[in-house]
Amino acid sequence: MHPTDFTLAGAVAALEEGVISAAELTRAHVEAIEALNPRLNALLTVTAEHAMEAAKGSDAKRARGEAGPLEGIPLAIKDLFCTEGVQTTAASKILEGFIPPYESTVTSKLKRDGAVFLGKANLDEFAMGSSNLTSAYGGVLNPWSRRNDPDARLVPGGSSGGSAAAVAARMALGATGTDTGGSIRQPAAFCGIAGIKPTYGRCSRFGIVAFASSLDQAGPFARTVEDCAILLRSMAGHDPKDSTSADKPVPDFAKACTRSVKGLRIGVPKEYRLDGTPPEIEKLWRQGLDWLREAGAEIVEISLPHTQYALPTYYIVAPAEASSNLARYDGVRFGLRVAEKTSDLRDLYERTREAGFGQEVRRRIMIGTYVLSAGYYDAYYLKAQKVRALIARDFREAWSQVDAIVTPATPSAAFAEGENSDDPIKMYLNDVFTVTANLAGLPGLAVPAGLDPQGLPLGLQVIGRPFDEETVFAVGAAIERAADFKALPSMRAGA
Amino acid sequence: MSYTIEGETGLWELVIGLEVHAQVVSNAKLFSGAATAFGAEPNSQVSFVDAGFPGMLPVINRECVAQAVRTGLGLNAKVNLWSRFDRKNYFYADLPQGYQISQFAHPIIGEGQIEIELQDGSTKTIGITRLHLEQDAGKSLHDQHPSKSFIDLNRSGVALMEIVSEPDMRSPEEAGAYLTKLRQILRYLGTCDGNMEEGSMRADVNVSVRKADEGYRTRCEVKNVNSIRFVMQAVEAEARRQIEVWESGGTVEQETRLFDTGRGITRSMRSKEDAHDYRYFPDPDLPPLVIEQSWVDQLKAALPELPDQRRARYVRDYGVTPYDAHVLTLEKETAAYYEAVAKGRDAKQAANWVMGDLFAAINRTKTSIAEPPVSAADLGALLDLMADSTLSGKLAKEVFEVMVETGRAPGVIVEERGLRQVTDTGAIEAVIDGVLAANADKVAEYRSGKDKLFGFFVGQTMKAMQGKGNPALVNEVLKKKLA
Repeated sequence: MHPTDFTLAGAVAALEEGVISAAELTRAHVEAIEALNPRLNALLTVTAEHAMEAAKGSDAKRARGEAGPLEGIPLAIKDLFCTEGVQTTAASKILEGFIPPYESTVTSKLKRDGAVFLGKANLDEFAMGSSNLTSAYGGVLNPWSRRNDPDARLVPGGSSGGSAAAVAARMALGATGTDTGGSIRQPAAFCGIAGIKPTYGRCSRFGIVAFASSLDQAGPFARTVEDCAILLRSMAGHDPKDSTSADKPVPDFAKACTRSVKGLRIGVPKEYRLDGTPPEIEKLWRQGLDWLREAGAEIVEISLPHTQYALPTYYIVAPAEASSNLARYDGVRFGLRVAEKTSDLRDLYERTREAGFGQEVRRRIMIGTYVLSAGYYDAYYLKAQKVRALIARDFREAWSQVDAIVTPATPSAAFAEGENSDDPIKMYLNDVFTVTANLAGLPGLAVPAGLDPQGLPLGLQVIGRPFDEETVFAVGAAIERAADFKALPSMRAGA
Repeated sequence: MSYTIEGETGLWELVIGLEVHAQVVSNAKLFSGAATAFGAEPNSQVSFVDAGFPGMLPVINRECVAQAVRTGLGLNAKVNLWSRFDRKNYFYADLPQGYQISQFAHPIIGEGQIEIELQDGSTKTIGITRLHLEQDAGKSLHDQHPSKSFIDLNRSGVALMEIVSEPDMRSPEEAGAYLTKLRQILRYLGTCDGNMEEGSMRADVNVSVRKADEGYRTRCEVKNVNSIRFVMQAVEAEARRQIEVWESGGTVEQETRLFDTGRGITRSMRSKEDAHDYRYFPDPDLPPLVIEQSWVDQLKAALPELPDQRRARYVRDYGVTPYDAHVLTLEKETAAYYEAVAKGRDAKQAANWVMGDLFAAINRTKTSIAEPPVSAADLGALLDLMADSTLSGKLAKEVFEVMVETGRAPGVIVEERGLRQVTDTGAIEAVIDGVLAANADKVAEYRSGKDKLFGFFVGQTMKAMQGKGNPALVNEVLKKKLA
């Protein structure tokens, strides 16, 4: 068995049993990165030497009996997490060369538990996108390919496209992502792996480059639901440095993966049956519900009446917050500074931001600025906040009838570069099933459940009550067991 | 008769409201742990939060909230148990985040009121509209380099209270009295040091003018006035400018102006058209600020005595006049000094010494009540030496001057210089006998009815005793001997 074929849980066991050393495990992943990354572009910065040193340190720690729960586990870190001493770009030119003098809370926790960081994963610029094509450092190639069109360059989804592709291609055992409107769940589904956006407030946002503060949440990617659960336990927890972080105990999520779903009530929101949804998606959804019914769950049709307003609401709230959050990239203190031939401060701002931000980021800054402007605020931002409250209320009412909700993760399988990029609205539709969980602050898990006719992975989404990731993991693991998803991407380590 | 300015078309009334920015006394900034001391090396008190680095998040400083609540209580204002922080978005080099965190829509403190004292002894109530917490910006230094501007972020993120008054003031004097009173309350509370020279307190002055019985006309805002005197000058200058505009057939445009202290006029800074669209929206990094009534009650119970209460107590317990009580409580250091002197002594006499000799000595030596030329304990000891007749009033003044010069205790000075008053009747009689014997002619004149000569004998006796004779005893013995 090739070391990159381990699941994360399997690797932890193998390390504990001495079947493999952390150094061997990390070396295998570094080699996989060297072999695959030039094609996939999943990692923007590879910290191979650091990783090897850390792995040796892990072996030493284990020998001393001081191994943490993730001791020696090689991970990829989305390049939105600030990592001390390692360049952090948010895939933007404006942060090129920025080396944070501090570490994000989530990555600190992973390090504390012994994880080894292989490098920084590519993403859509400032996490704005659903294809990874808005990255200033080039797109990421999805390691999967179409049966009938193997040369089509498929996108891994976004914004955490690099993280998802790296895990799918076995360049890492797991990865961190962030999810503002679907940025973990959509790429997880496109790449045939699992990924969870936990409840808003479950993971600290401290040290994560902000996109939309009221929606951003960190979460893990891995190839199994249980692996996600193991990673989330390390990443989660209250942080006094983030005022929106929740002071709640962190349960043993992995244990919840073995819970039976018998007697659970699973909601199926009728508003998620959209016109034009491909039949394979409909079929997969029905299949997933059948699996759960067979496992003893009760399927209940529910209504989330404000669903149709979720996407427009999201595309007002997120850009509004982004327009303000991105004001700090001004060329004055860090990152890119275009100062030649500037006549005054305003000129410095304009030239720096024009050169530093890509088209999609600029579009969202403009939308956000517009919806917050005097005369438009009430019609857009305020209205969107009201609708957001209604969407959250829809879910609150649903929780009196059901324990979890199951929907498709995405409206399609991975698309090819260029297929959605002519029209931003079409691109935004990728988030149609995922944004509601962000707007309502709920946990949402994507789990691979089947293949489309082209042999591309499709995922289902499990949404749960606030801070009830345990039920989400239980339902996700049940789908995973029933689906028995064994398909592999064409590009992967050892292939 | 209320204050008016006479223009060509008649009398004009002034309408004034103040927005005061008061720096909160706290060890750390509003949303970061960085220090707030004045005068530190540039950029030495800056955290990554204050510098707006990627991924940094604000965390509210509990003490700053407590200070705002204390201030609200001191302004007799409503404390809002639910308030919220908004972002005020604009670009400037000394605003690292690109927005200022402020409380636009839901301030922590609502309506209140304070009473101001005017020269003629009358008082007036001025309404407080609101008080909110916000971050200060950094400082741009444009005069350090021919082609560069330097930025000092030490102030960036420091907590400010913006205290907004109702447009209740009608004269420069009232504006000055309001600011004086507000500063006094904040200093008593210890929530702002009120140091206007260091920028701990600055005022935006809103002024409009109107004819009698009119509604409000357009107002202008004079920004960042940094002394009470300048506020009063700015009010008058701006009012006169507006009167001239109206009387010459023009219209006052709403705008932001600056006060040119050198020329005593206001200048336009930006007009309404240039006004920023600040795009306020709730800061998504901060949940609403929710405080408990029980916490407010605790803070209230622990509030120090406020100027109005203290003034009333002085009148009631110390028997000083309302005016003296006002003067003695104006600065809390003065009040503390006075109370230390007055405690257990003749409180009126203590008031006279503090307001008379001590204030004069402070002026003369250019010191302050915070670092007085004579300590309260020493002044108290001096009063004790008068009370036990060791010193006469005249001798006490002499000793006081030596105290100011040397900083030594009065008892030591009395011993060293032998300034002790003579109260020994025998010794006084002996001196008087000598004086009378040496001036037999004058004694005869006195006895033949020239009463005025009594003063001469007192003078001669005191002179012979180097001023140390107890005046009452000297008088008494002289009267007896001359009878």
